Amino acid sequence: MIQVQNLSKAFGEKQIIKDISIDFIKGKVNIIIGESGSGKTVLSKLMVGLMEPDSGKVIYDGNNFIGLNFDDKREIRKQIGMLFQGGALFDSMTVEQNIVFPLSMFTNMSEQEKTERANVCLNRVNLVNVNKLFPAELSGGMKKRVGIARAIAMNPKYLFCDEPNSGLDPKTSILIDNLIKEITEEFNMTTIVITHDMNSVIEIGDYINFIFKGELWWKGNSGEILKTDNKEINDFVYCSTFMKKVKENL
Amino acid sequence: MNWLYHFGRYYLLIKRTFKRPEKFSIYWKQYVLQMDSLGIGSLGIVSIISIFMGAVICIQSAFGFESPWIPLYAVGVSTRDIITLEFSPTVVCLILAGKVGSNIASEIGTMRVTEQIDALEIMGINSSGYLIAPKILAAVTMFPLLIVLSMFLGLFGGYVVGVAAGAVTPYEYIYGITYDFRPYNIVYALVKTYIFSFIITSVSAYHGYFTNGGALEVGRSSTKAVVYSSILILLFNVIITQILLS
Repeated sequence: MIQVQNLSKAFGEKQIIKDISIDFIKGKVNIIIGESGSGKTVLSKLMVGLMEPDSGKVIYDGNNFIGLNFDDKREIRKQIGMLFQGGALFDSMTVEQNIVFPLSMFTNMSEQEKTERANVCLNRVNLVNVNKLFPAELSGGMKKRVGIARAIAMNPKYLFCDEPNSGLDPKTSILIDNLIKEITEEFNMTTIVITHDMNSVIEIGDYINFIFKGELWWKGNSGEILKTDNKEINDFVYCSTFMKKVKENL
Repeated sequence: MNWLYHFGRYYLLIKRTFKRPEKFSIYWKQYVLQMDSLGIGSLGIVSIISIFMGAVICIQSAFGFESPWIPLYAVGVSTRDIITLEFSPTVVCLILAGKVGSNIASEIGTMRVTEQIDALEIMGINSSGYLIAPKILAAVTMFPLLIVLSMFLGLFGGYVVGVAAGAVTPYEYIYGITYDFRPYNIVYALVKTYIFSFIITSVSAYHGYFTNGGALEVGRSSTKAVVYSSILILLFNVIITQILLS
């Protein structure tokens, strides 16, 4: 479980995150949604330590992550997997090298064991015979799947996914969504997905947190978000013609 | 006070870069790769420039010494001194700042804007240590070797072209380059090279590491890396020369 308590962050005069407190539940897909510029990405960066908050706590299973030095943070970070928006695969490494990289750095596994682990992770994301390819040779969907494979290589307790569907076709988006959901349940991880995609919210979201102008505006589940009277959420959720038609049929 | 901000940030980055590695064997592998990339990869350009510049220095020296009062072996002496004191350690390092510096800044800058550095950090890896330390150490190892090679090739180029052009005889040239040879000049050249190697790699890495934005900013970082490395090389050239030769 990850708890965010009274987290705030400002850039100069501009307050980006305003006193946000959220509990992210273990074994569930916790979704953070909001408009562009609402502070979702900053919130996720504060949570994984890529930025320091002005105040507040981020607690990973009872351990406050904020204020720790790099070496102490490392112990918690080893338990974090992250899927980046663009994949963030290392260009100079093959797919297999990307996946075994954290294993090489932090474990004493033999080369054979690392290769086996890479194959297990790649099979889990339904990729075969791509071990020797470089990221530049992969499609967008394949990059995301390799990103997931790398994120789960160390058996993390916490999985962060930043816009996992951006730039993907609807079919591949659903595939990635389902993969995230299955992996979360299979490994009993605390998964946090940052997204704009309402399909993802409805398909896989167990708990949904709506961020508006840097504040936690609303929280609930996928059933509740479609029926809420909250104006800001309705403006966000039902902005497309398709979703308006969905609302008419609810 | 902008320079103070950059100096402080540079100092903190370098301090973090040389923290204890997570796993020595991985860093060693990177170090060997960087020696190949930065050192062996620069062999071609250093060789070509050194041979041709040595040849030009020799011909220019012969042209300048067209006097019956100046012995012909002075061509060898001046060619040697120009190459060992200034051309190889300073001019070749300026060229390496262009080649290697822009390469380092654009590589690390691209990793920054594509979130690869964030990925390293989230894995719990000291990204500056993993990316920058092997580059600095590889350059400090390889550049002095390149500079020594550049000295030999420069003198060789001067010999071949000087003799072929009839500017100097083989005997006088060889006599000139060995006449009153001071090993301390090589020490001076190598001290400069060690410091310039550190400047080129660390300043370029600094500009790449703190790239913010997209492709345009990566290009800007690359340009800044070359400009600031070159200025610092020229500045430290004066300081080191004053300290070691005054």
